[in-house]
Amino acid sequence: MIYYDRVSKIYADNSVALEDVSFSVEPGEFISIVGHSGAGKTTLVKMLLAEEKPSSGSVFFESINVHEIPMSKMGELRRKIGTVFQDFRLLPNKTAYENIAFAMEAAGRTEEDIRSDVPHVLELVDLGEKMNNFPSELSGGEQQRVAIARAIVNQPDVIVADEPTGNLDPINTFEIVQILKKINDLGTTIILTTHNKGVIDALKKRVVTMDRGKVIRDDREGKYIL
Amino acid sequence: MNWVLIRRVFRAGVLDFSRNAFVSFASILVMTVTLFVVGLTVFAGVILGSALQELRDKADINVYFVQAAPEDRIMELKASLLALPEVAVVEYLSREDALAAFRERHKNDQLTLQALEELGDNPLGAVLNVKAKDLAQYESIASFLKDQQSAPTGSVIDKINFYDEQHRAALQRLELITDSASRLGLVIIAILILTTIAISFNTLRLAIYTSRDEIQVMRLVGAGSFYIRAPFMVEGVLYGVIAGIVTLLLFYPLSWWLGSATSDFFGGVNVFSYYLSHFLAFFGLIIGTGALLGIVSSWLAVRRYLKI
Repeated sequence: MIYYDRVSKIYADNSVALEDVSFSVEPGEFISIVGHSGAGKTTLVKMLLAEEKPSSGSVFFESINVHEIPMSKMGELRRKIGTVFQDFRLLPNKTAYENIAFAMEAAGRTEEDIRSDVPHVLELVDLGEKMNNFPSELSGGEQQRVAIARAIVNQPDVIVADEPTGNLDPINTFEIVQILKKINDLGTTIILTTHNKGVIDALKKRVVTMDRGKVIRDDREGKYIL
Repeated sequence: MNWVLIRRVFRAGVLDFSRNAFVSFASILVMTVTLFVVGLTVFAGVILGSALQELRDKADINVYFVQAAPEDRIMELKASLLALPEVAVVEYLSREDALAAFRERHKNDQLTLQALEELGDNPLGAVLNVKAKDLAQYESIASFLKDQQSAPTGSVIDKINFYDEQHRAALQRLELITDSASRLGLVIIAILILTTIAISFNTLRLAIYTSRDEIQVMRLVGAGSFYIRAPFMVEGVLYGVIAGIVTLLLFYPLSWWLGSATSDFFGGVNVFSYYLSHFLAFFGLIIGTGALLGIVSSWLAVRRYLKI
């Protein structure tokens, strides 16, 4: 489904973010990418979303090289990939409901769909009561749940969660991971980047370990070993 | 046309406008200043144009006839003058009119009037006052008159004051002054308008700069360029239209206050009457400029954040 083929990223100042990275992700998989800060986890995610271009190598999504997709068609790719970020990245001037509705509107969904799906997906992340609150009126955990609801509302093939628990306390961290597991159980592929040992050890799923831009381990049922 | 999309874009634009109240207020304020300057320059242009016209209207050539000149010969010359493309108006003053005008001009000068009485007869000849369409055209009119004066059939023309050195110099100076004044006026107006437009554009850029992270998020959730950009353009138009309405409202008391002063001082034009009689044109210019400025500035400002 997703294939990183000998991907390297070297910045202008010769610092190496990724070096000859190759691995694939199968449909329905829950894969965690772990490593210290600066190991290249976020760069990997950005490559998949075509936010960054590799210096060499290619990234394929459903056998299409994502960096050969023209800008005008990029929306289509990104709507197939739901994204969750460490800093939530909600639209501050929109309510929880409107943030999710925006993703649906961007995908060209009808008003009817929006009216029925948004409350449903907010219920799913246990935020039905707060749909009219603005992000600033929500806690960090709640904001991240809105971000997850936004990521799943268009039923993407894959969800990329880049350090989604980085800004959360242990209880919220646990809740977010449980939600991601539930989404994965329903058949959606999950790519999770984290440096939270507790999360990885509790998941008992595939773990790709990175260090200084290289993949140093790829374990089917891995643990956080660094 | 996709009405659902248009409705969503407008709703998003209006919601962002109202929820970013402070940014909207600041942008409207700066745009109001811009549109106010645009309006003021229009007023200044009208006043300057009218003052210059007033000056130009003071210029003429006077053709003095000999006392014995028969009226039909003078009328013949008047007709041939009117046939010239350079001539705007020719005014005929008979000997009697010339005398009456002389008396009026010297009504407080008893000595001159007494001297006139002593003469007994009317010493003045008839006069033609010739006004050209343009200051630069007096030269050719004067040369036509000179030809007439030296015609072999004998001329009734006594004197053409264009060939009076002082009159000629005054006309040339007037031409120079009015030309430079209108050119300088245009340059100042252009600089003022360009400066305020640049300030306005920058303010909108700053307003959109505060939304740069949002634009990136919109991109990452898969929104297309139009869907991201259009609400900002709606906001820009709202800033422009509201600033335009504020400007038009401000001009009402301002032009009323300046009205009589401008007509007394510059002669002719009363800016208040001008504002009222040209209100539709003003409305179109100010609101149109505001909306255009808003839409173009937003379009350009969002463009740079769409490159991911």
